[in-house]
Amino acid sequence: MTISMSTPDFLIERDRDRCIKCQVCVRQCANEAHFWDEEEQKVKANDALCVDCHRCVTYCPTHALTIRKYPLEFRENANWTASTIKAIYRQAETGGILLTGMGNDRPYPIFWDHLLLNASQVTNPSIDPLREPMELKTFLGRKPDQLKVEDGRLVEEIPPQLELEVPIMFSAMSYGSISLNAIKSLAAAAERVGIMYNTGEGGLHKDLYKYGKNTIVQVASGRFGVHPEYLQAGAAIEIKIGQGAKPGIGGHLPGEKVGLEVSQTRMIPEGTDAISPAPHHDIYSIEDLSQLIYSLKEATQYQKPVSVKIAAVHNIAAIASGIARAGADIIAIDGFRGGTGAAPLRTRDNVGIPIELALAAVDSRLREEGIRNQVSLVVGGSIRNSADVVKAIALGADAVYIATAALISLGCHLCQKCNTGKCNWGIATQNPQLVKRLNPEIGAERAANLIMAWEHEIKELLGGMGINAVESLRGNRLMLRGVGLSDRELNILGVLPAGE
Amino acid sequence: MKRVYAREEICGGCKLCEVHCAVAHSQYPNDIIKAFLKQKTKPIARILVEEGRPISFALQCRHCEDAPCTKACITGAMQKDPVTGIVANDETRCVGCWTCILVCPFGAIKRDESGHKVASKCDLCATVGGTPVCVQNCPNDALVFTDELWRR
Amino acid sequence: MLREGEVRIPSGCAISGIMNKKGEVFSGHDIIQSIALMHDRSNGLGGGFAAYGIYPDFPDHYAFHLFYESAEAKEKTETYLNMLFHIAESGKIPTRRVPSVKNAPLAWRYFAKPKPDALFEDESEDELVVRAVMYINAHFSGSFVVSSGKNMGAFKGVGYPEEMGEYFRLEEYKGYIWTAHGRFPTNTPGWWGGAHPFTLLDWSIVHNGEISSYGANRRFLEMFGYKLTMQTDTEAITYAFDLLLRKQNIPLDIAIATLAAPFWRDIERMSLEKQTLYKAVRTVYGNLLLNGPFSIILGSNKGIVALNDRLKLRSLVAATQADVLYIASEESAIREICPEPEKIWAPRGGEPVIGLFEEGGIQK
Repeated sequence: MTISMSTPDFLIERDRDRCIKCQVCVRQCANEAHFWDEEEQKVKANDALCVDCHRCVTYCPTHALTIRKYPLEFRENANWTASTIKAIYRQAETGGILLTGMGNDRPYPIFWDHLLLNASQVTNPSIDPLREPMELKTFLGRKPDQLKVEDGRLVEEIPPQLELEVPIMFSAMSYGSISLNAIKSLAAAAERVGIMYNTGEGGLHKDLYKYGKNTIVQVASGRFGVHPEYLQAGAAIEIKIGQGAKPGIGGHLPGEKVGLEVSQTRMIPEGTDAISPAPHHDIYSIEDLSQLIYSLKEATQYQKPVSVKIAAVHNIAAIASGIARAGADIIAIDGFRGGTGAAPLRTRDNVGIPIELALAAVDSRLREEGIRNQVSLVVGGSIRNSADVVKAIALGADAVYIATAALISLGCHLCQKCNTGKCNWGIATQNPQLVKRLNPEIGAERAANLIMAWEHEIKELLGGMGINAVESLRGNRLMLRGVGLSDRELNILGVLPAGE
Repeated sequence: MKRVYAREEICGGCKLCEVHCAVAHSQYPNDIIKAFLKQKTKPIARILVEEGRPISFALQCRHCEDAPCTKACITGAMQKDPVTGIVANDETRCVGCWTCILVCPFGAIKRDESGHKVASKCDLCATVGGTPVCVQNCPNDALVFTDELWRR
Repeated sequence: MLREGEVRIPSGCAISGIMNKKGEVFSGHDIIQSIALMHDRSNGLGGGFAAYGIYPDFPDHYAFHLFYESAEAKEKTETYLNMLFHIAESGKIPTRRVPSVKNAPLAWRYFAKPKPDALFEDESEDELVVRAVMYINAHFSGSFVVSSGKNMGAFKGVGYPEEMGEYFRLEEYKGYIWTAHGRFPTNTPGWWGGAHPFTLLDWSIVHNGEISSYGANRRFLEMFGYKLTMQTDTEAITYAFDLLLRKQNIPLDIAIATLAAPFWRDIERMSLEKQTLYKAVRTVYGNLLLNGPFSIILGSNKGIVALNDRLKLRSLVAATQADVLYIASEESAIREICPEPEKIWAPRGGEPVIGLFEEGGIQK
């Protein structure tokens, strides 16, 4: 096979009137799409290598660069689209599974965009967050059905809770899948704004122990980096069963990303592949999960809430109920749009269900069973903005997990090439030359700014509804109305149509 | 005195500091495109990114307390300002003998042969005023302008 | 048009309450006069009263007040009641003709005691009554339980409250607590069951406001077996008190701190012990926080509690004169019946006014 049928996805346009030949683009592109032609004294491009990450566009001091979709058209065909055809060419050349990064990008319905929020008019006043307290403090953990109070004192302590200043957390991203500087950014931002970040299954780097009270440490099927100090270091422990981008399959961190520090943190030899099995091989059923939950609680003297993270799949309500009854304090559900550092394309794009429906179904089910208050519900899988957060909480979530949005705040441009390890923004890479491009101080500020901005917006939206504490929004589906949804969908969401 | 310090651990080696330094010290300090495309000779940066990837950092004149270049200068063009501490080269007096380049322990002085031969070096943007443009334009805050010895 | 319960209807209101702390009984005349003064806060689409101490002949019987829209509904409901209760006496609630009062349902009352064999294992008599009330309201179309407490009763309907007082001849009753409600709903359901107060056992609530947390409150209460058939704030608040005070034995001050929780910034300034307590309250009962404007008077045979939302978005005034505690939406409604009270004040947001019977005041 001498000829590749693959054609470029993008076209790099360089305005020669603006190009000053400084070659910043050449130095910035880890994909080597830009190069310097010494003979012609010109910067040139190899379009086929461009992933449209905008690093060169952002860094070009004269704004001489634009990236366009490659104009080559395939014969118009609503069934056989260009991406479908190109995927086949690639597979015909490689014989391999198509890999990708980030979340499902297919045009499935986005239910958030079919839900509208309420506001107060006349019959009760809206509340101005600039004048009145507006409370977003949120506690995650198991709640008893009732308190025991005697003589003005609490006689029975309540189980351990995670305390969040804003009902948003950075969801699991492992050291290995993202860079240490990216994790440092998120950890410091979490500390600054009073929320949590999550280690993912990559263990806890020695530099990150100081962020312990803002850390959720994850225990996944590969058990990488899990040891007693690790479990003790965090504020909570999360058992990862699955993730929205690739429900039902495990993970694979290739050996080239396992450098000295990753190897030390994950407790595996340098340069070896880190393979997380698809299931936990000690959890083949719900009763096994219960054993692991209580093993972790025993190991941490029942001082830390234990979360169980699952991907949103068809039978999610029953599964969540089982997890609550198995002893989990928090259930984290990841919708089918959740991101990833690497996943098979077909799994990412075709497995799982939307988080909106999963959340509504789980919340309703747990309430029907009278156990909703016993567990906290955290949802993720493409929470894109503060309105999505508000809608998720109104549907019944206690808090949300964000990861893609957090990475975008650090500079991610969603080029979906995380799996290549060539992230030009220093996020999804272990290449030291690229990692140092992300200054964790700047990263922390940007990620913290994002949370603070959303916090302000959530307060505005709450105030408009006449609510001044987030717990009055939680599960308050009367604050939502649906547009453009079928009766069946409205029914699952437990939401009235707009106008009713 | 305030100096520019490089933070190697977050320097990405993009060389935007060089680009902006060159512009600031060109005939078109406010027009980056003209500075590079209109000026007859290529503008010279007075900051230099030293690089051996993944290591990289930007280096410019350290404005030494006991600056050897001022001692070596045969015309008295190179002077350390007793008030600001800035070591500057008076290009009208400089004859381009390169003795300063010979003695500079950091290699921070360049030859400028675009006009009459002069030594070209960082003046901490004294002519521009404020924070040096290299610091202002570093996209990753890898250059710091401070009067405290930068420590990590 | 859908009626109350099938649809949620926001409304504005007037409330008033009078209590004699010594437990001495007085006629319904005063409360009618007080609520009548606030005529303009209602729009003739709902008025009602709760009265305590009015049935001294049956102090230990549950006094069921029921509305029936048909003879068939009455027959079905009575068969059900007879299955669960010994009924000592029953009869029509006395009314008089008031020209403006129309479409009145049949109002009937029963003095009943649970049959011992009707109780489930571990079920208290109160719980049986709650079960019966929920069942009747949910399953017998055309029947509605207006009240179900001991030695108390609610009287309500579609009309101005003073018209309801006249209709139910309340000046002929004597009680030690009276509360009243005049309603300004935003549409015309025209259903008597939808008027306030709302009651359960001997709890009664009159309420002015529209709580924006209703959806959250409701779904939390449903988890504890409450069926919220009315879709009103008043119903939700009543059940919230019932859950906390009766079912869970939470002290009154903590129940109040649940519904009108102190702000976090105030909790931060408390002693460590109190902080732990209030933090736990907000953690465990966060969904019971009443958000948005409200002023309520909770009545029971132990006394009354008046409470504002924590921002005080609704008016509420309290006054005392000798052994009597007055509470009303407007000061004028108090001065109308007690021109010169010894003390009169506007309680702060979230700060309850608690009136309990003095020692020996009431024989219970």
